Parts: sequence; structure tokens; C-alpha cells
Amino acid sequence: MDAFFLQILNGLDKGSAYALIALGLTLIFGTLGVVNFAHGALFMLGAFCAVTLQRLLSLSFETIDETKTDFLGNPLKVKTPYVEGWFGPEIGGSIIDWAVPLSILIAIPFMIGVGYVMERGLIKHFYKRPHADQILVTFGLAIVLQEVIKYFFGANPIQTPPPDALLGVVNIGAPLGLELAYPIWRMVYFLFAVGIIGGVFSFLQFTTFGMVVRAGMADRETVGLLGIDIDRRFTFMFGLAAGVAGLAGVMYGPINPPNYHMGMDFLVLSFVVVVVGGMGSLPGAVLAGFMLGILESFASTTWATTTIPGINQIIIYLVAIIVLLTRPRGLMGRKGVMED
Amino acid sequence: MTKMDLTRRGVLKTTAAAGAGLALPTMFTSSAHAVTNDPMGGTVTLGFNVPQTGPYADEGADELRAYELAVEHLNGGGDGGMLNTFSSKVLDGTGILGKKVEYVTGDTQTKSDAARASAKSMIEKDGAIMITGGSSSGVAIAVQGLCQEAGVIFMAGLTHSNDTTGKDRKANGFRHFFNGYMSGAALAPVLKNLYGDDRKAYHLTADYTWGWTQQESIAAATEALGWETVNNVLTPLASTDFSSYIAPVLNSGADVLVLNHYGGNMVNSLTNAVQFGLREKEVNGKNFEIVVPLFSRLMARGAGENIKGIVGSTNWHWSLQDEGSKAFVKSFGEKYGFPPSQAAHTCYVQTLLYADAVTRANSFAPCDVAAALEGFEFDGMGNGKTLYRAEDHQCFKDVLVVKGKENPQSEFDLLEVVEVTPAAQVTYEPNHPMFGGDEASLGECNNGA
Repeated sequence: MDAFFLQILNGLDKGSAYALIALGLTLIFGTLGVVNFAHGALFMLGAFCAVTLQRLLSLSFETIDETKTDFLGNPLKVKTPYVEGWFGPEIGGSIIDWAVPLSILIAIPFMIGVGYVMERGLIKHFYKRPHADQILVTFGLAIVLQEVIKYFFGANPIQTPPPDALLGVVNIGAPLGLELAYPIWRMVYFLFAVGIIGGVFSFLQFTTFGMVVRAGMADRETVGLLGIDIDRRFTFMFGLAAGVAGLAGVMYGPINPPNYHMGMDFLVLSFVVVVVGGMGSLPGAVLAGFMLGILESFASTTWATTTIPGINQIIIYLVAIIVLLTRPRGLMGRKGVMED
Repeated sequence: MTKMDLTRRGVLKTTAAAGAGLALPTMFTSSAHAVTNDPMGGTVTLGFNVPQTGPYADEGADELRAYELAVEHLNGGGDGGMLNTFSSKVLDGTGILGKKVEYVTGDTQTKSDAARASAKSMIEKDGAIMITGGSSSGVAIAVQGLCQEAGVIFMAGLTHSNDTTGKDRKANGFRHFFNGYMSGAALAPVLKNLYGDDRKAYHLTADYTWGWTQQESIAAATEALGWETVNNVLTPLASTDFSSYIAPVLNSGADVLVLNHYGGNMVNSLTNAVQFGLREKEVNGKNFEIVVPLFSRLMARGAGENIKGIVGSTNWHWSLQDEGSKAFVKSFGEKYGFPPSQAAHTCYVQTLLYADAVTRANSFAPCDVAAALEGFEFDGMGNGKTLYRAEDHQCFKDVLVVKGKENPQSEFDLLEVVEVTPAAQVTYEPNHPMFGGDEASLGECNNGA
């Protein structure tokens, strides 16, 4: 029973990342009609915001320790972060320790800016082009972005640990008498994802801006005829989608160390999530994200892999095939979409 | 007037004799040069086939640095590095057989197809007479096969699968790096000392040739101690999040987790295992332990704090204090500003060993070079006395058992050597079942052309 609940938690955790990326993809597809294959790269850029802040906070001055030697036998250069020099080891150390949560503050404006520049500088020229062109150009952009990151940060994964206070495990099953030790940061990630998803839905549901965007998603032309500059709002939504992907990446770093390729690892899966959820359906993307996360988690159990070898690698695609065959518009897609 | 006594038979005889006479030198000449890319001018070209893009690009970059350093030393530049400590003294800094060493590079991308294509291009277009490099066993086996067909020598880089010099061994291929069997043989006694002989091990294994052979080797070595292998779960190479593989470990009754992963897989699976609190767990009345059989300093850096106290094995480490290691670390460190990795070390040594074999054979012909390498015993290259065994072209030398350092002094000081396992303890028969058994064969050496 404990293992069952653990896999549910793992699934929700995996699903959090899928749902956040798929939410952004759906926002862009639903508003601008663009198939954005660079969305995984935005997730990766978010993670590297945390890496960058961690490195900036760790910038150090060197002092020579004559009592120790380096690998060449020269006196050892001891590095001390400037923040520790300025604020003392305790406060300075804490600031570095909290680098990942702090990087949210720089990731939000940075990622919205990246989204804005992407949309205005490149994507808008492809609105009236076929989806194949959009896929090619955004995929190309994704490769460029990941190569830029690799040039500056290398190919190996880079640790971005969570704050010490959020390290370790917590037994969340204790009230029920279960042994459900789960990593604290993974719980934080799940709650963070729920918060972001709730925030985006609230923004769209309860603000005038959101109402206009939803109206534009339903009928862009009519909204335009009412004298509303829907394009400007949609550009903002692109920035918002980039921000959501970026935040998903920032917080994902402590779960798996970021590397330049992490965006590609999530991209295809996230597209499958969007298709299963229903192209353009925001609740569908979220539902499918969590659902496929849980399915993937159970498919990786020993029982599943011994019963059907390789099921862990194909389960998501298997579900996608079944959904496309039986309900082409996806679980919560609008009638008519992808059903022609 | 002279009478010309011409007969039909006489003309035929004379023509045949003249033809044979004219053909004779050509026959000998073509035989003497029946070698792929035999260097005719004042230079000889080596092909360095390393991952310059893809997940092992950092290791590839370090390999390339080592190759450049080796070329510099072979051509008489720098401080000579290991040329000064190498037991064979035929290399004098004037290139190879008096020919200046040049090189071309290829990008394996850590993909077998791409690696074969780049090796083929270096052989056919750039005239490379030897191919070396790689950071993956899948790639090494693929390129080794290509070199065998093309008739050039392949000096493998970082490849740890038993198959490279086991069932997939080739007459033109040579491996200096150690293998999965050796890791198991070296680790087992240390694991017994540290964790006892009554343990239940759970293996997570990368689903490809290297993972399979390493898992088989480690399981055999630990079972011989008395350990029980509770489960072995194959994980796709493309896996990034191992949480769903880690969760079942918690309820399996296992008290040791063996991660047969390398590179990004190892970093992520170890990080996930630590996240789930495995290292703080107590199972069967014992502390839960994690073992990473193949360690790399570059990967240890990626794993950060999680590597502390974790036991594994490695081919070489920059902190070794023998003269060869010190000379190499000095050359490399002064040129690049940081110590070399084990990948850099094996690639540097392989280049020098090839040059030495050519010089001793006084020939670039792959079969002559192979004969010079077979059974060659040497020292001064950082691993103590080493034998290039003739039967399978595998180097036999001491193996290092290492542990993640608890209090590192610097960003490079991540591993400490726990034990140097003598070569005799990791030596096995050439027809060992894990290495293809009696059916495994080097085949015929191929000079190409």
C-alpha cells in the first residue's frame, strides 16, 4: 500500500512538470495558434536562471593558504564568496543556500522578456505560415538556445541544491499510519505547480484582461472588431507562457540537476500531454499532465516492467495513440479540433 | 647480315619473361605498401574521434586536450610529460618514426552511427592511420568494427563494457581502460570490509551493453561474497527522473542500491536516491548503502554533495603519487589550469602506446603495430606495471577503488583512493564466459589497402 501511494506521489510530481510545460504550450497554441517547439528550451532557460544566480552569488575572492597545496603543489588558493565577505559567513551562506527560490525573482522578468522578444522578433512572422514552418523554426530556435547554454555552462549536469531547510524527507503518511517518506523539495514542487496553475486559471477567469484573452481564444476576429488590440494581449500571453515554463524549470533544478538538454527531454512528452488533454484546452493540459505522470510512474514499477517489458518507455505514447484513435480532439478538447 | 631467328614460341617466351621481370618489382612494391593510409611524406595523421557535442561533450573536450598534449609531447614540445617516465625509451620527441604527428578530429556525438561516419571520414578523406577516442562502449564497439574492416588500428578511449575486449574484441582494436569485470573484482573485497557479507543488493542498470555487462560483473562478484541480488531493473538510457525506480527499492528489503549508471544517468539516479533519504535509512538492522561501480571525477562534480561517502572504482585519479601520474598532471595542469580526468589519462596513454608500438615495430602497418602491442609490458604510465594481453588486447593493471571525499579541499578534490587493487586480483581468463567464452576471437589482423 505504501508503494502504491509513493507511486501516486511520484506521478503527481512528474505530472507537475508536464502540466506546467503543457499549460504554457496550450496557452500559446490557444491564443496565437502557434506550435512552439522551443517551449522545452524555455523550461531549460528557467533552470539556468537558477544556475546563473547560484554562480553569481558564489562569485569569490581568493586568499592564499600557505599551509595547503593545490594539485600542482602550489599554495592553495582558497575561494570565499563575496556575499560571505560582505554579510558574514552565516547570512552570506544563507543567501547562497536559498539561491534557487531567490532566482524566481529574476526568472519572472527575464523569462517574460525572453518570451516577448521571441514572439515579436521571430514567431509573429510565422503566424500565417503552415504549422510545419512554425515547428521547424521553433525547433531550430530550441537547438540554438541549448547550444548557447552548452557553450557557457558545459554539457554536464550542474547541481542546484534546495535550501538546507528543505532537504531530506518527510513522512506525510504518518497521520494515516503509513510509511510515506517523500522528499520535501518534491512536495514543494508539487505545491508550487498547483499554485502556478491556480494563479494562471484565476488570472484568466477573474480579471478583465483574462476575460478578453479567453474571448480572443474563442473568436479572435470578433474581439478585434470590438476595437480591442487582441494581438498585444496575445503577445503578453506568450510572455506569460514563457514565464510559466521558466518557473517550472527554476524549481525543477533541485529535483534533477539542470543540463543543456533537459528541455528536449520534456518537449516531446509535453506535446503528447497537450494532444491527450486536447489542443487548446487549458484544463485538459493540466489533467493530462498529472494523469500521464501517474501512469508513467506506475509503468516504471518492477511489476509493470516484468509483466510487459518496455512498458515504461511506451506507456505515454500508447495512451496518446488510444486517445487519438477514439477521441481525436483529446480528453477535454473542443469539438471539431483535430477531428476534421 | 645477321640472321634473326624469330619463332612464335620464342616470342611468347621472351614476352612472358619480360612481363614477369617488369611486374616483379611492382609486385614487391605493392606488397610493401599494402597498408591503409601508409604515411609517405614527412607527417603522419592520427584521428581523434571524441564526443564534441551531446551529453558526454565535457569528457570529449578533456580527451581532446589530452590528445593535443600527447601530440605536443610526441613532436618534442612541452616538458615531455609521460615520455620521461614511460619504461620504453624509443620515443625521442621527433614524432613517430621521424614523421611529425598531425591530427584530425571527429565528433562521435555519443551515437554509434555518427561515430562510425566521422571515423570513416577521417580514414578515407583525411588519411588517418589510427583512430582513437570515445566515451561510450556502444560507440567504441561500433568504431572498433569499422577500423577492423578499414584496416587501421583502433586505440579505444573510455569504454568499460566487457564486450569491447570480450565477445566484440577485434584484432585491430586495443583497450587500455579497465572493464566491468575488473570493477567487480576490485570492489567486492572493499565492499565486504565496509558493509559485511550479508547484504541484499538492488540494481538499477542502464539498458545497453555497458550497463548489462557491468551489472552481470558486479552481481557475480558480490554474490560470491554472500550478497543476495534482490532485483535488477533496467532503466532506459533516456531516463531523466529515476524517482519511480527508486520508490520500489524502499519496499524491496534491499539494504544496498547499486547504480549501474554513468554520466547524466548516474548524476540523476544518485541525486534521486539521496533525495528519497536512502542514505539515512536503516534496513535489516544495517545502514542503507549506495554503490556506484564506475566513477568519474567529471560526473562526481555533477553529483555535488551527493557523492560524499559513495564507493566506486576508477581507472586512474590525478592524486596518484607515482612518477608517471605526477608528470602527466603537471603537464596537463600547467597547460590547461586543472587536473586531467581518467578519460584524458587513458586517451593520452593510448596515443603514446601507439606511437611506441609503431617505433618498436619500425612500421605503420597495423599488423606489425598489433604484434608490437600484444604481450607488451610497460610501466611509468600512471597505473603501475601493465600488460597489453595478446589474447584479447585488454590492458591488465591495478584498479583503484575510490570514495566520494567528505571534506574536499578544492573543486577537483572530490574522490579519495580507498584501495589500489593489484592487477592479479582483477585478471581473468581470455575465454571467461563474461567475455564471450571460447567462441570469442580477435579474428585476423587487417592491414587494409
